[in-house]
Amino acid sequence: MKIPSSIWTLLIGVVLTLLSLWYGQNHGLLPTAATDEAVLVDGLFNAMMIVSTGIFLLVEGILIYSAIKYRRRAGDNEDGPAIEGNVPLEILWTAIPAIIVLGISVYSFEVYNDIGGFDPHSVHEAPIVQESMTMPGAAIAATLSDTPPSTSPNLNQEKSDEAMQDPATAAVRNADQIPQKRNAPGVGSVAPTIGGSPERAGLPPELRVNVTGLQYAWLFTYPDTGITTGELHVPVGREVQINMTANDVIHAFWVPEFRLKQDAIPGRQSEIRFTPRLAGTYDLICAELCGPYHGAMNTKVVVEETQEAYDAWMEEQLVASSETLNQAVAVNPTDLSPDEFLTHYTKEMGIQPEIINQVHTAHHHQ
Amino acid sequence: MTQAQLEKTANNPPHIEEPEERHWRDFFGFSTDHKVIGIQYLVTSFIFYCIGGVMADLVRTELRTPEVDFVSPEIYNSLFTLHATIMIFLWIVPAGAGFANYLIPLMIGARDMAFPRLNAVAFWMIPPAGILLIASLALGDAPDAGWTSYPPLSLVTGQVGQGIWIMSVLLLGTSSILGAINFLVTILKMRVPSMGVHQMPLFCWSMLATSALVLISTPVLAGALILLGFDLLAGTTFFNPTGGGDPVVYQHMFWFYSHPAVYIMILPFFGAISEILPVHARKPIFGYKAIAYSSLAISFLGLIVWAHHMFTSGVPGWLRMFFMITTMIIAVPTGIKIFGWLATIWGGKISLNSPMIFAMGFLGTFVIGGISGVMLAAVPFDIHVHDTYFVVAHLHYVLFGGSVLGIFAAIYHWFPKMTGRMMNEFWGKVHAVLTIVGLNMTFLPMHKLGLMGMNRRIAQYDPKFTSLNEICTYGSYILAISTLPFIINAVWSWWYGPKAGNNPWRGLTLEWMTTSPPEIENFEKLPVLATGPYDYGVREKEVDIQAVLNIEPGEPYPTIESGV
Repeated sequence: MKIPSSIWTLLIGVVLTLLSLWYGQNHGLLPTAATDEAVLVDGLFNAMMIVSTGIFLLVEGILIYSAIKYRRRAGDNEDGPAIEGNVPLEILWTAIPAIIVLGISVYSFEVYNDIGGFDPHSVHEAPIVQESMTMPGAAIAATLSDTPPSTSPNLNQEKSDEAMQDPATAAVRNADQIPQKRNAPGVGSVAPTIGGSPERAGLPPELRVNVTGLQYAWLFTYPDTGITTGELHVPVGREVQINMTANDVIHAFWVPEFRLKQDAIPGRQSEIRFTPRLAGTYDLICAELCGPYHGAMNTKVVVEETQEAYDAWMEEQLVASSETLNQAVAVNPTDLSPDEFLTHYTKEMGIQPEIINQVHTAHHHQ
Repeated sequence: MTQAQLEKTANNPPHIEEPEERHWRDFFGFSTDHKVIGIQYLVTSFIFYCIGGVMADLVRTELRTPEVDFVSPEIYNSLFTLHATIMIFLWIVPAGAGFANYLIPLMIGARDMAFPRLNAVAFWMIPPAGILLIASLALGDAPDAGWTSYPPLSLVTGQVGQGIWIMSVLLLGTSSILGAINFLVTILKMRVPSMGVHQMPLFCWSMLATSALVLISTPVLAGALILLGFDLLAGTTFFNPTGGGDPVVYQHMFWFYSHPAVYIMILPFFGAISEILPVHARKPIFGYKAIAYSSLAISFLGLIVWAHHMFTSGVPGWLRMFFMITTMIIAVPTGIKIFGWLATIWGGKISLNSPMIFAMGFLGTFVIGGISGVMLAAVPFDIHVHDTYFVVAHLHYVLFGGSVLGIFAAIYHWFPKMTGRMMNEFWGKVHAVLTIVGLNMTFLPMHKLGLMGMNRRIAQYDPKFTSLNEICTYGSYILAISTLPFIINAVWSWWYGPKAGNNPWRGLTLEWMTTSPPEIENFEKLPVLATGPYDYGVREKEVDIQAVLNIEPGEPYPTIESGV
């Protein structure tokens, strides 16, 4: 019995859909999801994997099928059927990708909103909009430095001042060398990032940590206690805000298990908020090329199992820092060569001395 | 000169006297023949491909083990910086220009490009720029801030190398602007009168879209590089935060060119694939107008997606959403092309020869790059994988699986036209299989590496990624080996290959309607279209080439002054 082609198409469609659905959920390509945000991002990735698997199998299937089925037989020099187009078919395959990307966009939009991409306080980002409407024409033509200072609150400035109030932060943030933008009138004078999720929008985070990236280390300062560390410790289940900048070149704060990344840009303040949900030790990686030793700029993020464990660690640090704080402040990273600098930090980063030795010492910095 | 003389000169067709015969030494000099220039572009860019490929293999050799044990981190950074710069600016972009130079006048029935001398000037900027770039390695101070050269990093690494990089890329950008002007004018003004825009081969459409993109975006890159050069050499602080400059502004300017650059690199080969598939599947291209207009759509949309490279740096939240949506929309015209190509081969009579295997390989691998591109457009996911090996995998699937396979498909397809000789089929297939296997082995595991947490541009990595990196490295060796049969085949066939005849593939576009290799000025008399470019299966009898070449009376050729 000859099975009609519509039945075949239906069967293939069903198999394709089932395969895509299965692979989209079972690809095993992502590391553990250790924050609330990571779970949402993984959902989006899985959805995209389902669609992608379907499209991939469809296209490759047609290609391989055609290569076998429509292969020119020896001696056959005739042309194939002259089919130049089919408008309904063309509309269909324009509409399908359009609907798919629309769907993915809406889903991404939702996830982005849920992880705090639309934190309402970011409204302050663009004071220029109001200004430019009331500004006389001559003022627009003037250079930026001639622009009258904005009276509306400048988030970047607030963040900067906040970070600088604490002596430990001021010391590591190198503010004398790289001025934080003061009253910059342009859009994006703050590098806006992932803020509070919709439920927590406008509320302060439960814990703040200031982070400074510098070649080739991350320095964390805890404004509440004033301690400075080379390793990030946070308690599980509490929302953390990372407020970051960089002292020399652009770095990027990335914890793969958190699914979050943000560039730390010299001269700007940027931030990420997240809520760790799984205790453990994770790698914190610099993801933006920052020089020859970029690959060594890693440290650990420890998500403490309980608040008590976190408090105990904090106690320990307080004791230690009371002994070494002055010394730590006295170290000016710019006075050190990258090598001297590296050895100082790699000890606490747990990098073996052999690796450092393998790193060629001849460099041509600055 | 008097006004009258000036007018007379200006109204002369841009026609330069050419010798009667072509000699090998013409290929080493300042020739104004578009066919010579086309081959000069192709051979030069292929040499740079080999150099860039060796650098890629050195990079992969370093990454075979997690430790830094092969080259120093400084050299490593220089290697991947030069690899990317060479592959983009000295291989894929000039190779596209090479095909356009060779094919456009032939395809539209013109004797030469609109501005033959400008054409030669554009080519002769490339070798010095390339030599300059590679010389920086010999000087011991090669650029090592990545091909993106983000400040402030590019301002604190070696000054000499970075300065050379800026100079070299400026030269190459200028060359590509000059080329683009030439392609645009040639396509719009020099077609035979019987060829309306809708009778144009799709390769011409794709070059139209590419050239428009080059003209709009490349000057912005030049601006960014000049300002960066001032920061580097004159101590200004446009992008330098220590003087209040803003590094993010550089990123905006850089990506305003460098995202469109991806389309500058892929659109010509979209065009080439649209030429190759119908010929070897013996079917008309499916949806001619949809494919033609989708090139223009990609060109336009390509200009408004650049900030998706900056989702993790300094763009505001609402802007991320705008760029997410524009980026996603590019999947629609791209999808139109892919489905159009699939429908073209569906039900055809496919000759699985080397150009066709490369073209189908292009389709099969490019689609993977396209799919991961849509994923990367989704902001929350991009934030996770930005600057990781997932992105490296994506871009190589687009640029190796797309552009490079497209270049090889085009070489195998047009080699008989360019040289008058056939390439060896067996070694062509060996090349195709090795390339497709090698590229998947090299780049497929990188998706997982990136998702699991391996960032890019690092010489040392977490030992847990070792096994996947080994697979990638061995894949890259296969890729290196895969070019050997090609080089030997191309050189041998050029001298000793069997004679191809004028139209070995029985193509219907105008370039097949002249001798192989084409005579000095392409067509003896103004050719007249005997068929549409893709009328396979429409006519039973073969098109008589002599009839196309000898239609009387030969009208004058269109010039840039005659109408569109």
